[in-house]
Amino acid sequence: MDTMTLEQRKKIHPHKYSLWIAMGSITMMFIGFTSAYIVKRSQANWLAFELPHIFWISTAVILTSSLTIHLALKQFKERNMQRYKQLITLTAILGVVFAVCQWIGFSQLKAMGLPLNGPVSASFIYVIVGVHMLHVLGGVVALLVMFGRAYRTRIRTYSAVPIEVAATYWHFVDVLWIYLLIFLSIAR
Amino acid sequence: MSNEATLHSQQEVMHGAHDHHDHEHHHEDSFISKYVFSMDHKMIAKQFLITGIVWAIIGAFFSVLFRLQLGFPDATFPWLESILGHWAKGGRITAEAYYALVTMHGTILVFFVLTAGLSGTFSNLLIPLQVGARDMASPFMNCLSYWFFFLASLVMMASLFVQTGPASGGWTMYPPLSALGDASIGSKIGVDLWLTSMALFVVSQLLGGLNYISTILNMRTKGMAMTKMPLTIWSFFFTAILGVLSFPVLLSGFILLLMDRHAGTSFYLSDIFIAGKALANEGGSAILYQHLFWFLGHPEVYIIILPAMGMVSEVLAVSSRKPIFGYLAMIGSLFAICILAFLVWAHHMFVTGLNPFLGAFFVLLTLLIAVPSAIKVFNWITTIWKGNINFTPASLFSIGFVSTFISGGLTGIWLGNSSIDIHLHDTMFVIAHFHIVMGVSAFFGMFAGIYHWFPKLYGRFMNSTIGYIHFWVTMVGAYLIFWPMHYEGMAGMPRRYYDVSNWASFKQFGGLNEFITIVVILVFAVQLLFVFNFFYSIFKGRKMTTLNPWNATSLEWTTPIHAGHGNWPGEIPEVYRWAYDYSKDGRDFIPQTEPIGPNEEVH
Repeated sequence: MDTMTLEQRKKIHPHKYSLWIAMGSITMMFIGFTSAYIVKRSQANWLAFELPHIFWISTAVILTSSLTIHLALKQFKERNMQRYKQLITLTAILGVVFAVCQWIGFSQLKAMGLPLNGPVSASFIYVIVGVHMLHVLGGVVALLVMFGRAYRTRIRTYSAVPIEVAATYWHFVDVLWIYLLIFLSIAR
Repeated sequence: MSNEATLHSQQEVMHGAHDHHDHEHHHEDSFISKYVFSMDHKMIAKQFLITGIVWAIIGAFFSVLFRLQLGFPDATFPWLESILGHWAKGGRITAEAYYALVTMHGTILVFFVLTAGLSGTFSNLLIPLQVGARDMASPFMNCLSYWFFFLASLVMMASLFVQTGPASGGWTMYPPLSALGDASIGSKIGVDLWLTSMALFVVSQLLGGLNYISTILNMRTKGMAMTKMPLTIWSFFFTAILGVLSFPVLLSGFILLLMDRHAGTSFYLSDIFIAGKALANEGGSAILYQHLFWFLGHPEVYIIILPAMGMVSEVLAVSSRKPIFGYLAMIGSLFAICILAFLVWAHHMFVTGLNPFLGAFFVLLTLLIAVPSAIKVFNWITTIWKGNINFTPASLFSIGFVSTFISGGLTGIWLGNSSIDIHLHDTMFVIAHFHIVMGVSAFFGMFAGIYHWFPKLYGRFMNSTIGYIHFWVTMVGAYLIFWPMHYEGMAGMPRRYYDVSNWASFKQFGGLNEFITIVVILVFAVQLLFVFNFFYSIFKGRKMTTLNPWNATSLEWTTPIHAGHGNWPGEIPEVYRWAYDYSKDGRDFIPQTEPIGPNEEVH
């Protein structure tokens, strides 16, 4: 049995593996969007504008949440369940704050005279940022499940795999946002 | 065993795997958990297969209906009105209904039958059985994958019954026609349902694909190196990679299309007049959609054909009692096709105003696909060359596959040339090409798979006599249907037209079109015979008495006839050799589970 567990450790857990492939898949989706953006940008009538400033605040928020989920994972592994619960709650709240910031960004865009059905360059921002926001909210749902599990008294889980999967996903949407922000700021 | 340990970290599989020996602790599965929301990959495979068969009957029936219009444009069939109602007033299919039928035929066959029905069935059935795993990496996600497909099916089915009819802008759903509800009756709610259904379908494919890849990479039994896997598994592996990387891009395209339809954006729309009224949309590009669509659309044809190739390789080796010729070349050519699949999408767009200089690169890359395809064909022929062939229905369909793949593939070289494409694009020549190389071939692969693995699915055999009738009529019929279309296409007869008899130059094909339609009806009838054989054999077929009826080497034939969830009652067998040790050292076949002898040469 010992050798079995050892051998097992060397192998990557199938759920983590699936997550990596899923992240590749999500990346392809955004590559689809951003390459459509590039193709469209090279055509006539492209309107360039400044991104709403709140996007920088949301960037700070999502970066902080990456830090908190990293700490949460550490606390889970040390079995400090109280701190762990606090940290994943904080992470989930930061995720929601991020989504709210993006939403405010949409209303700022609208106030700038760039509604969703306005110029294509603005429509792209709404769609790309909106779809990314949905992916962050998906992560929040995963954290809520994790939260529910942490409060279960009858069944205790000692496996760090679910929280590791959630943390990896969370870092992924974080990095994805930074890519999108850089992309949207440079390719205007 | 490492595989076992991986599985034990998962509650869901552990439950299943222990079912056999722990009957005192686990009560029997309920009907719901065994047949409906099953997490057993074998049951999910059956669910995909039977849903696929239902869709195949509907999709093929649609083709019979529109072939009636093409073959007998002036005739009336009063019974049509009793089925289709006002869509066939006076017994003649209306133009709107014709476009809807054509669109739905394409959508159903390409996505619901030859993607979900084919790779959904056989990836699910064979991956765990042939790599030696208790189940998929995540049985729950696998179950979700089927039910997302089922939901997608329900939505698509519902779209057939809405008042304005289903989507009817062609299976490619090009804007602006599909983006504007006012553009045609088939662009109203039918398109919304189509897009919803396809979004659910993409989710289903992604969940399935993730599972297939991580199962193949992570859950192989001890000794099952990647280079010892049967070619079926390699083909499912590359199919899943293609799906996982290309379906999300299609989803991006659909999201933008939905925004154009409902949020007033102009991603694909610019300078459009409808009924003399100018639309406000400006700055969009309809070609953008084509790029996004075909970035999936081209890999999609390989998603359809690769599983068929894999199964044909396996069936040909087993039935000719010879090792597959050029195993590594087979894997290499699958890989090459997989890479090239992503680099040729613009050959669907040669006449959209694509830069001819850019077009030249796409021509080159497209023609390059002929190289791995030719390698595969060569290897199949050399595999059966001088083999001791058992002409079972499965092996006949496999040989038929090689035939149609050659004759359909050769016309691909014509169409891949951008200059010849100027003449041939959007003609019946294209229809002939892709139906033979993709439609008929993939179906032949699927039939080969069904006949060959039916004993594994249901513990019984399908009737061979009906199988032979099925094969010969389908084989001859497929050529009789699609071969003449090459001539029609070269003469310029366009595809998708409702009635070509108004043109003097196409009137000459009237008799030919009638002939094609009659053969279509015959071939359709024989497919119904196959469906009868399938369902009859599930309950009344000849029972399987030995574990390994085809004397095959691969692992799936080491499981019990009616294997429970977990596949092997005891330990998962260990693997020592590749899957193609046929007629070796004076022995007919050596199973993968047999250790290499002291004086034996390893493949």
